[in-house]
Amino acid sequence: MSLSRLKRIESYSSPILLVIFVQLFLLFASVPTSVFAQARPKKATLITLWVPQAQFAGYYVAIDKGIYLKHGIDLKILRSGAGYNTFQTLKNGQADFAVLWLVTALKERSAGSKLVNISQTVQRSSMMLISKKTSGINRLEDMKGKKIGLWEGDLAIPARTLFTKYGINFREVRQSQTVNLFLRGGIDVASAMWYNEYHVVLNSGIDADQLNTIFLDKLGMKFPEDGIYTMEKTLKSDPELVDEFAKASLEGWRYAFDHPDEALDIVMKYMHRDEVPANRSHQRWMLLRIKDLMMTNGEPGRFGILQKDDYDAVCKVMFREGLIKHYTEYSNFFKGTHAGK
Amino acid sequence: MRASKSIVIKLILVIMLSCTVIFSITLSYNYYRSSVILEKELENNARNLALSLVNRVEAELLSVSKVADGMSRTLEICRYDKQNIHSLIKTTVEQNPSIYGSTIAFEPYAFNKTRRFYAPYYFRDKGTIQFKPLEESYNYLQYIYWDWYQIPRELGRSEWSEPYFDEGGGNILMTTYSVPFYEVHDGKKRLKGVVSADIGLESLTKLISSVKILKSGYASLYSRTGMVLAHPLKEAIMNETIFNIAEERKDPLLREFGKKMLTGESGFVHFKSLTGIKSWIYYAPIRSTGWTLTVVFPETELLENVRKLSLTMAGIGITGIIFLTLTVAFIASSITKPLRQLAAATQVVASGNFEVALPDVHTKDEVGILTNAFQMMTKSLKEYIRNLTETTAAKERIQSELKVAADIQLSLLPRIFPPFPDHNDFDIFALMDPAKEVGGDFYDFFFIDRDKLCFLIADVSDKGVPAALYMMVTKTLLKSEGQRLGDPDIILSSVNNILAVDDDSCMFATVFLAVLDLKNGEVRFANAGHNPPVLVKEHEVKCLSLHTGFVIGPMPDSCYKTEKITLSPGDILFLYTDGVTEAKNYEEMLFGEKRLIESLNKAPTDSVKEMIYSIRENVRIFSQDCSQSDDITMLAIKYNGPDETK
Repeated sequence: MSLSRLKRIESYSSPILLVIFVQLFLLFASVPTSVFAQARPKKATLITLWVPQAQFAGYYVAIDKGIYLKHGIDLKILRSGAGYNTFQTLKNGQADFAVLWLVTALKERSAGSKLVNISQTVQRSSMMLISKKTSGINRLEDMKGKKIGLWEGDLAIPARTLFTKYGINFREVRQSQTVNLFLRGGIDVASAMWYNEYHVVLNSGIDADQLNTIFLDKLGMKFPEDGIYTMEKTLKSDPELVDEFAKASLEGWRYAFDHPDEALDIVMKYMHRDEVPANRSHQRWMLLRIKDLMMTNGEPGRFGILQKDDYDAVCKVMFREGLIKHYTEYSNFFKGTHAGK
Repeated sequence: MRASKSIVIKLILVIMLSCTVIFSITLSYNYYRSSVILEKELENNARNLALSLVNRVEAELLSVSKVADGMSRTLEICRYDKQNIHSLIKTTVEQNPSIYGSTIAFEPYAFNKTRRFYAPYYFRDKGTIQFKPLEESYNYLQYIYWDWYQIPRELGRSEWSEPYFDEGGGNILMTTYSVPFYEVHDGKKRLKGVVSADIGLESLTKLISSVKILKSGYASLYSRTGMVLAHPLKEAIMNETIFNIAEERKDPLLREFGKKMLTGESGFVHFKSLTGIKSWIYYAPIRSTGWTLTVVFPETELLENVRKLSLTMAGIGITGIIFLTLTVAFIASSITKPLRQLAAATQVVASGNFEVALPDVHTKDEVGILTNAFQMMTKSLKEYIRNLTETTAAKERIQSELKVAADIQLSLLPRIFPPFPDHNDFDIFALMDPAKEVGGDFYDFFFIDRDKLCFLIADVSDKGVPAALYMMVTKTLLKSEGQRLGDPDIILSSVNNILAVDDDSCMFATVFLAVLDLKNGEVRFANAGHNPPVLVKEHEVKCLSLHTGFVIGPMPDSCYKTEKITLSPGDILFLYTDGVTEAKNYEEMLFGEKRLIESLNKAPTDSVKEMIYSIRENVRIFSQDCSQSDDITMLAIKYNGPDETK
């Protein structure tokens, strides 16, 4: 609505109408420019790596708190979980955005899919190798010849890289989504996310001091994990949408960290909606650990940014391991212009 | 009145307090013992209930596991083909109502070389037995990676799985018993696959949930990781472990309790249940699955009957105490009623009215005795007071008579000074302060002839009326004999002899008797045991040294000696009785001769009257207000030289 048109209206309107129009104008003026620019929010879709849980709290919070709407986006989060392929959903255009692991993204890019990182949320590897103290595995070297549970696919890349680097031969057992095999002694060492399986083990009645834990990150495995991705063509066709999405998502994350109880309520709501086993104490733990992983203690200015060093290191390792055939320049891959602010 | 009230109140207070204390102790002990007994009984009940539940669950589980074990043995022994396998599984499910579904799942290529995965599954669905190929129906995770397959495979032994939702398979909440089966090939044991039998969790949890204990007690079931399987907290079921709940509630004790509970032991503990109620909890393991069953008895509901009983008892007790109090008040006031009446009567008696009638008491108890005693006392008091009144009247009469006697006695002594106003050649003054109404001292002076003045002072032993009478006799005798005989020693001897005759009273008197010759100042004197007089000259005051002599009266024929001194004009002879020197003060000190001499030294000598008054004043000052124990009698005579006018 242009000013000249307003003036025209003014010329033949009654004083009451004028007041209404002025108020409407003021109302519109108070809405962010993006909305003002296009009155109807753009529809967009996101697929996360897994079912609703605090690992993705920022996105759910941003929806429920109207942050995406504020940024002109009418976002829908697609169902995910076992049986869903996050990358494929992004690639075939069912989703505009996806939360993916960096290693997955690099592999797919190497395989020819032009996807770009618009925000790197989880800054470092959350992967742990845990064993019961009773099994006597105190160091990485002690894992030689042991039964070690590894997940299928990309989730195992950091651990495999570690074992290759240190020349550890072991008996691999594919690990499912439960930790029961580990709890019952079916494997000696289990893979665990710090924010997830580790806590499940603790809350199965095993105390932290009954476990030996090895953080991959501490052994030099610099594998940033969750990031927000989109296809290059989406970025080209609607850079504004991509930009606003990244901004709104990070804002959602900040809100979630600042209001953990509210964030948990929102996450739990989505878990109940999708009939996922919902456990508040577990989600609380997850939210706090994700916060630790995203905020990378004591290093300001990293929030949402894929560090060039990290990117280069991961590319080199993956190339060396033969997981990727080639990799692109950092600047071609990371397009998170608004991150870190 | 107040005294009797306080007796009643004291009685009530003491009895009520004692009863309350005894009753409270009894009630508390009863409550405590009942709780203890109840608790013991409860432990048995809880154990029995828990074990019966455990047994029912175990029976259910066992019926399933036995079948699976049998299938596995069959597979290890017999040869089988596709058809056998299908019919084995199907028949098994059909014939065992406890089994929800069953499969024989093979290791990759173990069934035959062309089929990688093979796991035919039969399960119940709406009353019919349905078939599903698990290798196809699990849409995202191949069956060999499911816990029910992987755990027995890796452990090489049969296992019950953690409860899970079998999405893609049975599509219900279940727990699965899986048995690995092997084939022996070239002497080597090789895993062929896993036989599994599922049991729906619902029927088990229904059994547990149907248990109702009192109002809010319940039974609950936890898996081996502490996952809540059956519990009134519906939202926790299959969502949270007991450790999650402990973490969310920030309750480390609950975590410890959870760990203890899952050790596979049974126990009976007093703990706050997950529903937040203080409860008695019995926990027991379900051995085959490693689950834990608990039965929860809410403490307050458990003790409700005991509390109700205690409340009823307290009600009865309080009513009893009130009744007792009223009874005590009634009895106490009826006991104290005669006491009150007696007290009222005695108050009248106390005010002096002995004529008041005491209450009639016919009882023989203490009150009766007291009333009788009081009656006797009143009577005695009346008698005594009458006697006392009479005695007092008699005494008053005697005293008035004595007073008259004293007046008469005093009147016998010369009391008009100067006695001989026409004589300028001497001054004389005397006084007597009797100690009692009738004294024993006396003095006298009289002329024997024109120039000779006889003067004397005497002290009769003892005091009172006998002394006064004796004194009168002695005084009369001394005067008559003095005027008749003239010589002091003869006068004393004569009077002594007269007195000694028929003297049965054993009384006696000391006398100093002197005769002054006014012409020349010569004093002739004799002493009968009296204090020596003091001679007051112008520069010298001294006691006369004289022959002591024996007192007159007790013994006839005593001898006395006349001595003489000559007074110069101005000399004063001071006579006194021992009442002066033996006057006492509060410290029991005597006035004494020394003080007398000092007093005389300081006393005015111009007038004998002044002199005597001065001595009397000194004695009074010395003895302060001490009562006078003896008569004080003094006589002073001053010789002024011969009267030239005569």
